Amino acid sequence: MTAQAQELVGATRKESRRLLDGWWQAMTAAAGDGRPTAYVFVMGSFNELLRVFDFVLNFPEITALQTAVRGQSGVYLQAAEDYGFSPDICGYVKVDVGLQLKGGEHPHGRVPRPALVLATNMCNTYVKWAEFWEHHYGCPVFVLDLPAWRGAGAAPDPADPAFQRDRRYVEGQLRELIALCERVTGRRFDIDRLRESMAETNRMAALYHEVLALNRHRPAPFNAAREGITYQGIANLYRGAPEGTRFFALARDELRERIRLGLGTVPDERFRLLLAGTACYTHFKRFVELFEAWGGVFVLSTYMIFAGGGFVPGFGYDLTRPLESLAEQMLQAAWWGFTGAMFYPQEWLADAVRDWDVDGICLHGVKSCRTTSTGLPDVREWLRTQRDTPGLFIQSDLVDARLWSDAQIKNRVDAFFEALAARKAGAGR
Amino acid sequence: MTVVAGVDVGSTQTKAVILHPQRRILGRAIVDTGARLTDAARRAFQLALEDADVSERTVAYIVGTGYGRFRVEFGHTQVTEISCHARGAVFLFPRTRTVLDIGGQDTKAIRVGPEGQVLDFCMNDKCSAGTGRFLGAASAALELPLGELGPLALTARHPVAITNTCTVFAESEILGWLARGRRVEDVLMGVHAAIASRSISLVRRVGIEPELTFTGGVARNVAMVKLIGDLVGGPVNVSEESHFCGAIGAALFALDHVLGAGAQALPGVATSAVAGGEAP
Repeated sequence: MTAQAQELVGATRKESRRLLDGWWQAMTAAAGDGRPTAYVFVMGSFNELLRVFDFVLNFPEITALQTAVRGQSGVYLQAAEDYGFSPDICGYVKVDVGLQLKGGEHPHGRVPRPALVLATNMCNTYVKWAEFWEHHYGCPVFVLDLPAWRGAGAAPDPADPAFQRDRRYVEGQLRELIALCERVTGRRFDIDRLRESMAETNRMAALYHEVLALNRHRPAPFNAAREGITYQGIANLYRGAPEGTRFFALARDELRERIRLGLGTVPDERFRLLLAGTACYTHFKRFVELFEAWGGVFVLSTYMIFAGGGFVPGFGYDLTRPLESLAEQMLQAAWWGFTGAMFYPQEWLADAVRDWDVDGICLHGVKSCRTTSTGLPDVREWLRTQRDTPGLFIQSDLVDARLWSDAQIKNRVDAFFEALAARKAGAGR
Repeated sequence: MTVVAGVDVGSTQTKAVILHPQRRILGRAIVDTGARLTDAARRAFQLALEDADVSERTVAYIVGTGYGRFRVEFGHTQVTEISCHARGAVFLFPRTRTVLDIGGQDTKAIRVGPEGQVLDFCMNDKCSAGTGRFLGAASAALELPLGELGPLALTARHPVAITNTCTVFAESEILGWLARGRRVEDVLMGVHAAIASRSISLVRRVGIEPELTFTGGVARNVAMVKLIGDLVGGPVNVSEESHFCGAIGAALFALDHVLGAGAQALPGVATSAVAGGEAP
């Protein structure tokens, strides 16, 4: 391996750590100096707009999942349940509630109080979660109402008059949000800064899709359920910022180098898999290991699309009309987020199965999240009957270790691979 | 004579089968699993050897299956019970295309190919509602031996509706119905109907294709067999050997290995110790 190759392999991992640390440093500093912080969610990003006002951005879903990866989510879940939340309620919500009840103390730093809370209706829990903060802190909450697309399974068509009506409705709300941000921060809105931030997002989104496409290579240079999660995190945290663009340029270069060197994410890639649904953060390493032990690699995930910052296929801002374009992209992302990626992703998945040369699909249901789990049986059934794609359905949770049953999950995973192996052997005869 | 063995360490009972190279079952044994899984596996294996009247030295290959498959320490490899039940069911009933296995804590619906290969499968949620454990709870609440539940349930005239999906809460619901004066057989039939309904829902998910073969310990329950048959609207294959279906499948995989293809004959082998080792 040349010195240049040595430098590149592993560089993305180091840079992601640096960026995540940087984000936490900014959050912890804001908790001390009172710099305005906005609470936002990964689905329905307002990053570009908020960067114009120099908000520090807190992503509670990301802070919650980080407690689980560190094996500490149970403490926060318990605090929320002691407060009165039911075990059935979204684990992310409860970890965050526990975190807020503990004064924002987090294993990575300190979460600042919100100056502003922003939510969309892309997840029905977001609105109630935002109300918790409003109640707890007395801060302003802005809920952007994204109309559901009435296309009965078809993707939204920007040329459709109904879509344009929706766009005007969302754009009007964004103008209200701008006025609110001006009041909260005392800064004037600058549309040129918005345009600059959106241009960064365009560059980053193009690189993000390039990164996804590089995993079509065999062996796959990254695992969508491991490195892919880091990519998602950076895509959300640094959307609209030059650091994000630079990160994905680096990731692309490293992946190209890994392909050139023949470095797969596992030594012996035997099965290429698609993950539909989310990760399990309490057993983040174990989850991937169960599949890698069979030479199984997640070459793509729906999670990287619906929770990757809204980089839906065909994403791109029109910088000549920033606010209109922002509204349009939010509508498109909303369709993918709460409809397209959950109830009507079949055609897209079928294309992905073909393009990423997928042997089987793993559908991971989340016990405390109905939103991401409800459509999975439809997906499984359609792929099985229409495309003869084998599917494995397992359930656990995002952040609640009590909902992980190792023996049962392992049993299902092992049986799935036995069936895949028999299928491959049969095809080879 | 060289023979092969399959040992199925289930959550409730451990089964072992000794198979002749010409696919004849020579011996079988069943013991309660208890807390010492390796001991249970060894005991079942030894009893099956005695039943077959062969010595351990003649056993060329042993496959472990079931939740405790990694505790069959004297075995050569492991295969999940999903693959084993599929294989065993087609061995018992060659025209099987759908398998329903109701075990102690798992219910599995499996769609199989003509050679017993798994085409698709679905299992219950990690909750044990709708599994054999549900019947165990009823047996305890009603103070009746498991073997009497099925025949008694078939005498029901006005079955109650058990609404609880939780095995533990179902026990209190059973007591609640009895407290309201309902007859034991009517309550029991309600329990059976609740299990059958949940099980058949899994079968529908993989698609019911005849013939349907019912395996696992609960297949010995006559009321359950009747209810499953009623729900699918057709005959259900049940064998005297149904309880041993997983062990039979494991022995068949062992036989494949001995007869020729080596590791290639097994349904799949993990490439690292992570899959092969016991869950932490």
